[in-house]
Amino acid sequence: MANNIESSVNSVSSLEKRKQNSSKSSNLRPSPTVGMTNYSAIAESEEFKALKKKKNKFILPITIFFLLSYILLPILTSYTTILNNNAFGDIAWVWIYAFALFVMTWVLCMIYVRRANEFDKDAEKIFDKEKAGDYE
Amino acid sequence: MNAIGLSFFVAIVGLTLFVTYIASKRTNSASEFYTAGGGLSGWQNGIAIAGDYLSAASFLGIAGAIALFGFDGFFYSIGYLVAYLVVLYIVAEPLRNLGKYTLADMITARFDQKKIRAAAAISTLTIVLFYMIAQLVGAGALIQLLLGIDYWIAVLLVGVMMTIYVLWGGMAATSWVQIIKAALLMIGTVLISILVLWKFNFNILGMFTEMKSVTANGEAYLHPGVKYTNGLDTISMMIALVLGTAGLPHILMRFFTVKDAKTARSSVVYATWIVGIFYVLTIFLGFGAAAFVGSDAIIAANPAGNMAAPLLAQALGGDILMSFVSAVAFATILAVVAGLVLSGASAFAHDLYGQIIKKGKVTEKEQMNAARLASVGVSVFSILLALGAQTMNVAFLVSLAFCIAASANLPVIIYTIYWKNFNTTGALTAIITGLISALVLVALSPNLWAADGSMAFTGEALFPLTNPALVSVPLGFLGGWIGTLVGARADQRKYAEVDVKANIGLK
Repeated sequence: MANNIESSVNSVSSLEKRKQNSSKSSNLRPSPTVGMTNYSAIAESEEFKALKKKKNKFILPITIFFLLSYILLPILTSYTTILNNNAFGDIAWVWIYAFALFVMTWVLCMIYVRRANEFDKDAEKIFDKEKAGDYE
Repeated sequence: MNAIGLSFFVAIVGLTLFVTYIASKRTNSASEFYTAGGGLSGWQNGIAIAGDYLSAASFLGIAGAIALFGFDGFFYSIGYLVAYLVVLYIVAEPLRNLGKYTLADMITARFDQKKIRAAAAISTLTIVLFYMIAQLVGAGALIQLLLGIDYWIAVLLVGVMMTIYVLWGGMAATSWVQIIKAALLMIGTVLISILVLWKFNFNILGMFTEMKSVTANGEAYLHPGVKYTNGLDTISMMIALVLGTAGLPHILMRFFTVKDAKTARSSVVYATWIVGIFYVLTIFLGFGAAAFVGSDAIIAANPAGNMAAPLLAQALGGDILMSFVSAVAFATILAVVAGLVLSGASAFAHDLYGQIIKKGKVTEKEQMNAARLASVGVSVFSILLALGAQTMNVAFLVSLAFCIAASANLPVIIYTIYWKNFNTTGALTAIITGLISALVLVALSPNLWAADGSMAFTGEALFPLTNPALVSVPLGFLGGWIGTLVGARADQRKYAEVDVKANIGLK
């Protein structure tokens, strides 16, 4: 089945038909043949590389940050007693730390959505270029 | 069981069956069955994720753990919540962009090989099975207490209900059962928390001061170390909690019920808020139960503390509130096991049967039949196991499921999305090393071995940690890395495709 469609795609040469087919055959395996999305060309393009770099520069440091702040809590509670001191009244620092992790989760959640919406815009541009046939 | 209590139960069973009936009318394709046609909105899926995630272990288990062990019980709440950042930042969007019905779909989007699909399906089934037995055994014990019926009737009751939801209503019914349950659970928890706060005159500082003297642990109750005294074990457990969620098949499956990565993203945000608020409130459930029920009464009802929340409800609001909370606990169990059946059935019917045995050449009708048959199979098999596992320690089974998810699934997910040179051999060795090391280390751990004969086997445990994640998660990553070095070079063109799809969602 896949081969049939692929060969039929190969046989059409006009740009117009090619675009129609490429949207229909979205679940097919890619190949650099005419009419299919050229993923390698997109992956090699400057705009995609820039988007990926931007994404990784955002995701990696924050991921390291929240994992470290998280795992620091059991390390501190297991090997020190500094969090047992009271912060407010009889509320010890350990509760404040734990609550700060909750706040951290919500805040990072919102930050992620805001940044991801920006990334979406960059991705849109790549979609548009792909539709216009710039990655053939 | 009084009349009010019975009417709550009947209302919940009736409502969920009604939802299933509505859903059954449109559940007529494999896509509808597994993913509700990908048609859920962000808030619907977000609430359903929360409903799927806040299991009886969370509601009853954490409330009990905080009641008995103070801050140490709260460790679970922290780990289960921060886990959502791992899901959001690393897994959710690429998973939605690459997968179709199952985790195996996502990995085979890059490595289209049967043995990898089989390995992923087997690890999914292993996790589902452990999690399911834990939920069913817990459910049986709980409903036995709540309704005063025999354990085996209780397990059968839950088992039959979950089978009905999944068999006729598929993912649409399961999602709505989870949404209804999440709403009920939040209402119940907020209500109890307000009552607890009211008892403490809405004075949080005063509540902490009072908690210093109400338990036998004294001031230590408010500090870590009442239950967890082995540092490495605590750290290991926390690793399993934070990394396991992103590898749990029934949670991952929920991301295929929305149409794109943007919606997947917004559903995680909804889920994080709901789950986070719930976990903050577990403090009030736990403190309230310790103060107004007392640890002696809690332990007398159930040694693990699982009855703390229902008993607190009774102490604060009498039989009516107790009945409501019990009914919510029942709905909680049903929603979680239905999701588990669905993810187990998808691994069986879609991965093993449809893609491997039939090589993807199945008609829509055959797919549906296989999915329904697999659902019944998974249900019956887990009911039988649960009937024989009445005395198993539930908390141990749940933490094992999280540990396998973190060790066997997370490394392969991360490598598949982010590592250019990752290859077929690496994918296979990552799954197998993670799965086997988690299972073997648990088999050698103090969960099963005790010198005094109090566990399944008598003798010294060869592996000292109760939760092996500290060792087995790095082993999973290491296995994938070594496999990649040994195996053939990765197909760079294929990675280009996965990379583009995962990052921008281009189909």
